[in-house]
Amino acid sequence: MEAASVPAAVTKEKVAKARPKPPKVKTPWWMWLSVAAIVLFCLFPFYWLINISLKTGADLSSADIVPPNPTLDNYTSIFQNSSFTRALSNSAIVSLTTTLIGVIVGSFAAYALARLKMRFKFPLLALVLSITTFPQIAIAAPLFRLWSDIGLYNTLIGLVIPYLTFALPLSIYILVSFFKEIPKDLEEAALVDGATHFQAFRKVVVPLAAPGLATTAILTFIAAWNEFLLAFTLTSSQNARTVPVAIQQFSGSSQFEVPLGTQSAASIVISIPLILLVLMFQKRIVAGLTAGAVKG
Amino acid sequence: MAEITFNDVWKRYPDGFEAVKEMNLEVRDGEFMILVGPSGCGKSTALRMIAGLEDISEGDLVIGGERVNDLEPRDRDIAMVFQNYALYPHMTVRQNMGFALKLAKVDPAEIDRKVTEASEMLELNQHLDRKPANLSGGQRQRVAMGRAIVRDPKCFLMDEPLSNLDAKLRVQMRTQVARLQRQLGTTMVYVTHDQTEAMTLGDRVAVMRAGLIQQVDTPKRLYEDPANLFVAGFIGSPSMNFVTGHLEGNAVKTPFGEVPLGDETVKRLRAAGGHKSRDVIVGVRPEHFEDAAIADPALPHRMKFKAKVDIVESMGSELYAYFSVQSEGPESEQLNELAKDAGMEDLPSAGTGQQIVARLDAASRATPDQPLEMVLDTSEIKLFDPEGGRSLTRA
Repeated sequence: MEAASVPAAVTKEKVAKARPKPPKVKTPWWMWLSVAAIVLFCLFPFYWLINISLKTGADLSSADIVPPNPTLDNYTSIFQNSSFTRALSNSAIVSLTTTLIGVIVGSFAAYALARLKMRFKFPLLALVLSITTFPQIAIAAPLFRLWSDIGLYNTLIGLVIPYLTFALPLSIYILVSFFKEIPKDLEEAALVDGATHFQAFRKVVVPLAAPGLATTAILTFIAAWNEFLLAFTLTSSQNARTVPVAIQQFSGSSQFEVPLGTQSAASIVISIPLILLVLMFQKRIVAGLTAGAVKG
Repeated sequence: MAEITFNDVWKRYPDGFEAVKEMNLEVRDGEFMILVGPSGCGKSTALRMIAGLEDISEGDLVIGGERVNDLEPRDRDIAMVFQNYALYPHMTVRQNMGFALKLAKVDPAEIDRKVTEASEMLELNQHLDRKPANLSGGQRQRVAMGRAIVRDPKCFLMDEPLSNLDAKLRVQMRTQVARLQRQLGTTMVYVTHDQTEAMTLGDRVAVMRAGLIQQVDTPKRLYEDPANLFVAGFIGSPSMNFVTGHLEGNAVKTPFGEVPLGDETVKRLRAAGGHKSRDVIVGVRPEHFEDAAIADPALPHRMKFKAKVDIVESMGSELYAYFSVQSEGPESEQLNELAKDAGMEDLPSAGTGQQIVARLDAASRATPDQPLEMVLDTSEIKLFDPEGGRSLTRA
């Protein structure tokens, strides 16, 4: 029962008038120079990784900016290594499962926290979020004992569960703020239009919160894909070993040789899905941050 | 199509606040019923109870002969237009309008036919494939109406559908809503805080205050025969003037002079049990004053008086003359609430006395700061009980 607000069209016009187009300023040369320096600084380690992955044998100890005898030998060899391919599929299963469950459970929980009238809502959210502040190392050892006792040690599900405990709080936190921004009227309109509560959630709320869901999905996936400490503590064989652990356990041709080349190649390979994922969803994320996807 | 009946309906919130109290209202089949009142009077809550978005604490709500208290919104077959339209931003106009039918699993060809039909009625044909974000305020409003129309529901519920439009568009849409309702003949319950909308649109209007229905009647009868001070002050623009007076025999002493009461008024006073020596609040509509220089002297029930005009506002077709009379402002809880709703509670009154507005003919020579002789139509004055605000002159 608010008093009449200003119609959207008028507001937009006023804003447009109040903010004249900024005059085009030519970007000064030093700006470009600093941008180039920052990009170089950020990307050089990754370039060095590529550099090493293309070298074999004695070249590995060289510091050439361009590999003297570039070869793809390292790449072919890691794909012939069954422990790597197995670990790759383990990682995929663990990460995707964590992401899927995380997004579904997280969105349900976040929706409840955003919409339901209940007491202790804020303390509950704070409690959930506080879990993310635990140092992982603090739970690694107890989990190892517990998982050994109940038979989850060295299983994929034994990894998914602890990953979820870290992924869910953040997902919930992000999604709560997304859901809160969606006007309640939209759900009520859907209810009056003949939707069940779940249909209103699925057909109106979820599509509008899609940028938030995409963001949480990517963050969860990246965290699970890259996780090392728990994967190292809670696995013992190829059955459940994920890629970061598998790479660490690569062996050289002799006891004294560090398998630098193959490790680098493997690191490059496992970076690719993440890069693809971010590129794919980039538009969604950016759109969610800027365009105001929930504007009525 | 259906009638809607409230039987002793209450709405209590967990914190004990009673938004709607003992509501009894019957909306007839095909009727255009308006719920009007200031902010927080419970009108939107009442509407949301019909929609099923708000639980009913007590009493029965009957739509089309069926008690719907415990039915989910989707089972009530009603359509609602929200104040901010609540269009689904991720759907095109076509999808927005067809959403309800799609949920009801109506044949796609049939959905398409109905959406096209409604969009023609609302002149939305060119915009069917656009998203709500790219529409103007007026277009969004029409889409919201279209979404309700395609349903062909038992009744329409409108929650201040025009309040987000600018003044000119609002008048335009107002006539369109009225035409639409006549055309469809569907029962409609329309909530507004704007008394002009209420007066122009409704078959009948229910005036609400603090969760209680004050009066349900046709706009004309609400205006001419208000049940209490609140209705009298709320309906009409500029609103009715109130001054204190004292009833003595067949005349009432007012700041304008001693007003003799007509036989009809005395009869009504008797019927209301108010015919005795007592204080009253006198209500006079602005149009019942006239410049004595142009008033027809032959008309009966006219009383002349003089007042110094403070301000004159010319509307072209008529003049509003503001003047003060020596009177203490009548004290009444209902009038205070009206003033509060209009945002005038803290305004200092102009000088001493009570400000009165008179609507005079455009030919009047009223000038600011000059005395003017006016006539008052004594047959049209209303008397109210200062205690409780009940009208003492109801027909």
